[in-house]
Amino acid sequence: MKTLNLGGKEFESRLIMGTGKFSSVEIMIEAIKASGAELVTVALRRFNRERPADDLLGPLAQLGITLVPNTSGARSAAEAVRAAQLGRELSGSPFVKVEIHPNPHHLMPDPIETYEACRELAKDGFIVLPYMPADPVLAKRLEEVGCAAVMPLGSAIGTGHGLSTAEMVKLIIADSGIPVIVDAGLRAPSEAAAAMEMGCSAVLVNSAIAAAGNPSAMAAAFAAAVKAGFSARAAGLMSRCDHAVATSPLTSFLTGA
Amino acid sequence: MKIVVNGNSQDFKGTETLGQLLKELDIVPERVAVMVNDRIIPKAGRNEFGLNEGDRIEVLTFIGGG
Repeated sequence: MKTLNLGGKEFESRLIMGTGKFSSVEIMIEAIKASGAELVTVALRRFNRERPADDLLGPLAQLGITLVPNTSGARSAAEAVRAAQLGRELSGSPFVKVEIHPNPHHLMPDPIETYEACRELAKDGFIVLPYMPADPVLAKRLEEVGCAAVMPLGSAIGTGHGLSTAEMVKLIIADSGIPVIVDAGLRAPSEAAAAMEMGCSAVLVNSAIAAAGNPSAMAAAFAAAVKAGFSARAAGLMSRCDHAVATSPLTSFLTGA
Repeated sequence: MKIVVNGNSQDFKGTETLGQLLKELDIVPERVAVMVNDRIIPKAGRNEFGLNEGDRIEVLTFIGGG
């Protein structure tokens, strides 16, 4: 299968995983292994000596994956740039997921601050992956400032409403010269397959796996769906038709008419 | 010497460098990112980095996130 290229780095897996909301580190590790993900997002928070088990760097370092520190908690471009620099210092990874969402009610990304942060971080040599509203104009602007991919939301973070932005995502894909990755809102593997079939280069999944009854089994299901969707896209889907087109001969076999 | 660590003012006696402070707080240096007065101090420079009264230090780790 063709590899995913992000900022000059190649990846076999097209499923990127988030590490939030897991009930334990062990369950999270099992789910990452089952997903086959090579890119995994993490968040930065103040060190808490009462909760040493929260520190994920140790457990994740053993998996041989690439960390993608996010900028969650940032409300402005300046805060996001600072968070990205701290994430790079700690992880040694050039990747950053820019996410700036000032309103906890809907967690919609701030397009203006996101644009400013991405421009600065790309200039500074980061491999920038912005979480963004599904807006084709903004996607093009983010490509122009040097983002390695754009990550439009499928629906609001953690809602499980799936690909509610499908039409906009298709427009983004049609115009994009960089990979398009649906990030946020997916609930079922079929939605991940649908995103890949429409031409996404990867999907980023967190809640759908972390909040599943069996996270590692769900991670494996998402991995299979992403592969199926990617293969289907590569195979070339048949075109749609507004009227029926018979698959069997319609001549009467009795009369020959 | 009073130093503000993650928003809490604490008194440290005989602590002169950032490296010593992290040790005193039982923090594994490779597992945290550190800022002193909003400036990021890379891992390599912490042992020699001198602290002053009233310095504001932020110690950060990775936790789960999407």
